[in-house]
Amino acid sequence: MDSPARAKLLAQPPMMHDLAAHAMQHLILAGTALGAALLLGAPMGAICARSGLLRGPLLAAAGIGRTIPSLAVLALMLPLLGVGVPPAIVALALLAIPPILVNVDLGIRAVPAAALDAATGLGMTARQRFARVVAPLALPVALSGVRTAATETIASATLATFIGAGGLGDDIVRGLQTGNDPLLFAAAATVAMLALAVEAGLGTLVSAMEARR
Amino acid sequence: MSGATIGFDDVGVRYADADGDALRGVSFDVASGEVVAIVGPSGCGKTTLLRTVNRLVEPTSGAVLIDGVDVRTMDAVALRRRVGYAIQAVGLFAHMTVAENVGIVPSLLGWPRDRIDRRVDDLLERVHLDPKRFRDRRPRKLSGGEAQRVGVARALGGEPGVLLMDEPFGAVDAIVRAALQDEVTRVVRDLGTTTLFVTHDVHEALRIADRICVMNGGRVEQLDAPAAILANPATDFVRRLFEGARA
Amino acid sequence: MNYLATHPAEVLSLALAHLELVAIALAIAFAVALPLGIVAAGASRFSPWLIGALAALYTIPSLALLAVLVRWLGLGATPVVVALILYAQFMLVQGVVTGIRGVDPAQIDAARGLGFSERQLMVRVALPQATPVILGGVRIATVATISIATLAGYVGARSLGTLIFNGLTLHQNQMLVAGSVATALLAICADAGLRALTRLSEARLR
Repeated sequence: MDSPARAKLLAQPPMMHDLAAHAMQHLILAGTALGAALLLGAPMGAICARSGLLRGPLLAAAGIGRTIPSLAVLALMLPLLGVGVPPAIVALALLAIPPILVNVDLGIRAVPAAALDAATGLGMTARQRFARVVAPLALPVALSGVRTAATETIASATLATFIGAGGLGDDIVRGLQTGNDPLLFAAAATVAMLALAVEAGLGTLVSAMEARR
Repeated sequence: MSGATIGFDDVGVRYADADGDALRGVSFDVASGEVVAIVGPSGCGKTTLLRTVNRLVEPTSGAVLIDGVDVRTMDAVALRRRVGYAIQAVGLFAHMTVAENVGIVPSLLGWPRDRIDRRVDDLLERVHLDPKRFRDRRPRKLSGGEAQRVGVARALGGEPGVLLMDEPFGAVDAIVRAALQDEVTRVVRDLGTTTLFVTHDVHEALRIADRICVMNGGRVEQLDAPAAILANPATDFVRRLFEGARA
Repeated sequence: MNYLATHPAEVLSLALAHLELVAIALAIAFAVALPLGIVAAGASRFSPWLIGALAALYTIPSLALLAVLVRWLGLGATPVVVALILYAQFMLVQGVVTGIRGVDPAQIDAARGLGFSERQLMVRVALPQATPVILGGVRIATVATISIATLAGYVGARSLGTLIFNGLTLHQNQMLVAGSVATALLAICADAGLRALTRLSEARLR
């Protein structure tokens, strides 16, 4: 059970020193996808919060997007875009958009009307109001969506190995198939630690921001 | 079932997380069928005193007696089924109908179905809620006054010898409140239930109580009939508390 | 999508196998999470530790945990079910704790004062009222377990993931698409069904 893209990988001897390179690859994969998801998801969330017309359909789409299993999204890229890193990044970005979109919308809508009123009363333009009042107040909630997206992207990026995109999933799969337990456990532990570190790091950032207010 | 007697014997309560005593040396007796109001400012210990009777609060010293028996010797759960309990927030169970709420203590006591049904209808009629209209309603569909009535009916469900009420008319407007006071007083007097109720409203206490227990700082300032308290306030505190009510 | 039309029996049988894995795992997971959640709801010192540990467990990427479990328990359905049970704990326990803590304190006070034992308080007041929130946890756990159960196809157990992995290996795009679409539909239907159930249980409280 294997794709030819990885058959080549499997032919190589399982070596521990690949681990660091694969961890880097994993982070680049997840980081690029998350960056793309931020660039798309955050504006979509902001539109959601302002547009009564688009909000329903966008949130419904995000809800369905959050429901679809990540392996299905990754696999569906193959007939469309083939194997390798680019389709994996597209799939991971698609998976990361919903939590970002939903939390940006939530954060903006939670900004008290009184704060908006005061900002307008003080003579702020719409742009100033967004930059100086809405964005700072919405940031902690929005960031907790980024945190969810980041953790999930690191987890899903493990599955990117199945469409030949590399990352730590390669080592887990190789360890499992060749009975190389040290490699398997080292890779599993590394990816688990990456996920926990990102979760904890962004979690600390969110609580710090909430405490500042 | 006729009313039980209640005795407070040098009751003191000290909460672990607070400095100072919530109650100090409270001693008095309530006769069978008597209606006693406990009044005082917030934090005076009136709710704490009420809650020692059904052991929601355990005294750190002294004893509370029902029909001469120390409540500590009774099983707390069994005791509470014999003692009615109604509170300001009402706390009707949202997932049960009005009839299920009123019949809950009889059901916990294992009464047969038909006896519970009769009891529920009887109590709803006593608090002026037509059983046909109200039995199957959900608590959320009741007005504030209706909910309070159901709360009192529920407290009386298991034919308790003692009824405890904590600001039972607190959450309704003045007109509904006066009607409720009259109705509930009539119900407990008809049933002969010994009633202890906490209120911050001295008018309410004067209107419906046989005797009023005035509390301040965890102590009883005065315990007497309404007329006697108005005529001879024992302390400055009592005089000031009832000053407006004299007219 | 042609594959779906030409092999309906196979897809249906894999979908049922998928659901069976999820159902068995969730039944066991709920039997563990309910008492755990009840204890945690009443123990404010213990509960942050428990929830934190379960959240950390949930954060571990599923392929990593599953691979380790396979080395330990062998190939087949067992490591998948164990992984699903472990992952579901976080959402289930959190649902139970949040649900119970959200019950109106006046109703708890009234129930105690009226003579409910602690067990009766839980069974007759707290849990019925916490049901919508608990069901919300069950819904999220179900969607997550359906997603993770696709990996069963990789470790020698049958699920809709089998179609995806076979499609990847055999370069059968139609098989792969059929597996992906069927998995997505399964998750979406389960989500919608449990949403409806949650709404029904909420309506019962109004």
